[in-house]
Amino acid sequence: MSILSRAFSRLLPMPLHSLVLLIVWLMLNSTTSLGHILLGTVLAIVIPVLCAPLRIPQPKIKRPFKVVSYVFLLLKDIIIANFEVAILVVGPTRRIKPGLVAVPIDLVDILPITVLVSTVTMTPGTVGADISKDKKWLYVHVLDMPENEQEVIDLIKQRYESRVKEIFGC
Amino acid sequence: MLDIAVVLVAVMLCIALILNLWRLIIGPHVVDRILALDTMYINSIALILLYGIYNQTPLYFEAALLIAMLGFVSSVAFGKYLLRGDIIE
Amino acid sequence: MSFTVELIISAFLILGGLFVLVGSIGLIRLQDFYVRLHAPTKATTLGLGCVLIASIVYMYHIQGYASINELLITLFLVITAPVTAHILAKVAMHHRVKVMQRTRNQHLIETARMQLPPENDNKKQDQDN
Repeated sequence: MSILSRAFSRLLPMPLHSLVLLIVWLMLNSTTSLGHILLGTVLAIVIPVLCAPLRIPQPKIKRPFKVVSYVFLLLKDIIIANFEVAILVVGPTRRIKPGLVAVPIDLVDILPITVLVSTVTMTPGTVGADISKDKKWLYVHVLDMPENEQEVIDLIKQRYESRVKEIFGC
Repeated sequence: MLDIAVVLVAVMLCIALILNLWRLIIGPHVVDRILALDTMYINSIALILLYGIYNQTPLYFEAALLIAMLGFVSSVAFGKYLLRGDIIE
Repeated sequence: MSFTVELIISAFLILGGLFVLVGSIGLIRLQDFYVRLHAPTKATTLGLGCVLIASIVYMYHIQGYASINELLITLFLVITAPVTAHILAKVAMHHRVKVMQRTRNQHLIETARMQLPPENDNKKQDQDN
């Protein structure tokens, strides 16, 4: 049993990645013919085996269903963000009050932080600029700063960081 | 109606490309130029897709995908070069 | 091709074109680099997304089946646009690109450049405690 499971983990070190590779291969060729499924399967097995030694261990996604609702929330926010930015850009530029904010973050691992920073960059009027070396502070450039900068910090922490935390279960 | 819309959007995209080119020329700093170049990549993807609709062929998607990947990699390479003075660490 | 489908495709195309144009106008009009960074990363991505949706609908009507090929481009752009923006912001901080006069908390740029925690806030918190 242990030999079998070891052989399985040697052959498929990253099962999820293999599946994604196969799906992307089929999407790229936009077909489901047998030849492409076979070729995609071979690629999906060979590429993870070659790449496995390069992998850095990342935390697993604990709640996959939360990811779906997070993606939809993100889509909605991206659309709203675009209308807001479009109005600001076309309107008088004197009204824009930019500013920088340091947001304290509680996430520890690199992957959740990357997800959070990408989210912050895609959503209303904020661009994630840098992270302090101890990974406790996220510097954010805000396009249109409200009078009280605590509002921005609360928005990022409550709306996005808590959800990312739930997804990765940390 | 679609013919008019396609021509109209093509004009908009061309104006956008000219504005990007203007920023590429006057950009006070190198970073502005990289940003303009990156935006030009994305706008040209939109233009290629529009050309696909105009010619009624799905043939251009591969080209658009290639430009998207090359644009991302080249922007990141420029950024890395400016950060460290070297592309490969 | 029916009128409704044509209307949907045209609406998406024009919306996409408008967003791309707004992003490029922002690139020209806004004053300093950090502010300029906001316009292309957001507006252009959604604009291209709209053009791609129009293209998917159109190809579905020509070929009779939906090719998911185009969704890959959107997905790829949504994943890569924040990374590019982040790296460019980092480069701008590294090279001390000028910021607008009325930018608030300008001192944070220097600490962010050295990747240190913000000092003033710590002191403030200490005083509060």
